[in-house]
Amino acid sequence: MARQKKNVSRIVEVLQKCLTGIKGLDEITGGGLPKGRPTLVCGGAGCGKTLLAMEFLVRGAIEHNEPGVYMSFEEKSEELTTNFASLGFDLNDLVDHKKLALDYVHIERGEIEETGVYNLDGLFIRLGYAIDTIGAKRVALDTIEMLFSGFSNEVILRAELKRLFSFLKEKGVTAIVTGEQGERTLTRFGLEEYVADCVIFLTHKVSEQIATRRLRIVKYRGSVHGTNEYPFLIDEQGFSVMPISSLGLDHSASNKRVSTGIPRLDTMMEGKGYFQGSSILVTGTSGCGKSSVAAHFVDAACRRGERCLYFAFEESRTQILRNMRSIGIDLEQWVKKGLLEFRNSRPTLCGLEMHLVSMHKAIELFNPAIIVIDPISNLVTSASENEVKSMLSRLIDFLKMKGITALCTDLTAANGSLERTEIGISSLMDTWLLLQAIEANGERNRGLYILKSRGMEHSNQIREFYLTGNGVQLRDVYVGLAGVLTGAARIAQVAREKAEKLARSQDLELKKLDIERKKAVIAAQIAALRTGLDAEKEDLDRAIARENLYQKVLDEETLAMAQTRRADDLVSKKKSVAKPGKRGGK
Amino acid sequence: MTGEAKKPYVLRLYVSGMTSNSLRAIENVRKICSEFLAGRCHMEIIDIYQQPALAKERQIVAAPTLVKELPLPMRRFIGDMSQTERLLQGLDVNTK
Repeated sequence: MARQKKNVSRIVEVLQKCLTGIKGLDEITGGGLPKGRPTLVCGGAGCGKTLLAMEFLVRGAIEHNEPGVYMSFEEKSEELTTNFASLGFDLNDLVDHKKLALDYVHIERGEIEETGVYNLDGLFIRLGYAIDTIGAKRVALDTIEMLFSGFSNEVILRAELKRLFSFLKEKGVTAIVTGEQGERTLTRFGLEEYVADCVIFLTHKVSEQIATRRLRIVKYRGSVHGTNEYPFLIDEQGFSVMPISSLGLDHSASNKRVSTGIPRLDTMMEGKGYFQGSSILVTGTSGCGKSSVAAHFVDAACRRGERCLYFAFEESRTQILRNMRSIGIDLEQWVKKGLLEFRNSRPTLCGLEMHLVSMHKAIELFNPAIIVIDPISNLVTSASENEVKSMLSRLIDFLKMKGITALCTDLTAANGSLERTEIGISSLMDTWLLLQAIEANGERNRGLYILKSRGMEHSNQIREFYLTGNGVQLRDVYVGLAGVLTGAARIAQVAREKAEKLARSQDLELKKLDIERKKAVIAAQIAALRTGLDAEKEDLDRAIARENLYQKVLDEETLAMAQTRRADDLVSKKKSVAKPGKRGGK
Repeated sequence: MTGEAKKPYVLRLYVSGMTSNSLRAIENVRKICSEFLAGRCHMEIIDIYQQPALAKERQIVAAPTLVKELPLPMRRFIGDMSQTERLLQGLDVNTK
């Protein structure tokens, strides 16, 4: 019984959270900031504290119907309104609708003389009044440390700050308190002492001339949270944090296949093409047709009515369109239909993380079925290997979660090995196509093979391919007696073999004719012999006939003679005529 | 300095309820008014608990706060006004 009771109370005590409405922050914090408690947001100058605090209020007011009080110690209300108008927040409108209250607390040390014991009741009353007037659920105090520069009695101040935080808790508002970063501490005046529940740290680091904003949750009492530094972006739509490393490896794998756009390349992959939601790497030296392979893929996808997002880090949109037209791929039609969108930017424009963040945003916005990153190696130039790997793994995880098929091209140095690529990204990729320039006999030819393709039976052959007016054309594997041949050598070899074959077949033909002739001769001979035989046989028959006639005549003459001579015995022996030979002899 | 001595004073004292701090401040300011600014001091006491909107309007942060509206320049004093010397100096009151 007792245990049961304990359990119940534990459930009740689970920390409630307040959704900030800020992209990504709610994911990292597992549902927002601690409800009804203050959160400290600290960081250096210009790192986005004010924006985070204000967006927290504005999103709360608009999306969660939770009015907010913004107490500013640095910027006047009018200045704030102007600044945030550029981010698309109409503060005046929110104020008019009693969704937001702005209060600028002006503290100027030179104007204030301290003459004894005081407290900050003025501040409390203003805050309390503002909260009560609009029924605020959220409060932002930006930057409360300004108090330290306004008042010299630190003992009083610290006591008052402590009171302020308990006052906020008492009011049940979810508050963001901002603080300037100190030299060794999180905040210059040690505000973290008072805000024990949740501390968020913002930085704005510059490395190799490229600035990256990052956010880290230093602590979040009573809650699981992402502990990494997360890059975030400030743009026209405000603040967005990308919780890109918090993803696991539990995305579902699709069995669906998507065509590569090159029929014979499909054939090399069981006749079906890539897996949907897989990541494909197309590696090759410059000018070996990586972008063309990508364009085929895009073209095929658009033809199926799927949306494609093309991140180009090397060429402009029009340049790509023109170049692809030259190999017979009209991408412009898809752009016009809204199926294809290009995002072109220079890799050095911003840091790697920023690229990642903006890619995330673009993907979220456009919701594509496939994306192309052309080339991924250009991004790599602006960062170290580790960063690249971490960025790509996060990007690919994200894409896999969304089931987006990604094709990345990767430029390798002409004489370089694949090792760089292998270390960097290959393990993240499901399918790896290698485009190779095969240099021989004074020319360069293009070869393609599938280095790996997870989960399918794929061809192990190097195919030669041509870039023609009808796009990429794969040729059969040419395996002659002299090995794999490409280009002119291949043509020469084909010709040579053809000639040889022709010669051989002619030879055979001749032999055939010869036999025929011989056969005819023999037949003629047989005919001649047969004719001779027939003639002889005829002679014989004739001789026999003659002999018979002769015998007959002889017999008749003998008989006549006998009659004439009256030789009676002979007449009686007339029958013996049958043996005339005996008498006549030959 | 005779002309200056005749200058009228307008003082506003903002307090937060009848706390001991508030009471001390009121008493201290009253004393100064009667001792050094007799007859030319207009003093107003405002309880910001009663009029919270005024706190925002008049930029009151600490309590008690004494604002010298006139003569110009405007000056602010915070605390229970127990440091009389300092207060008098700040108010630019001729104690002689």
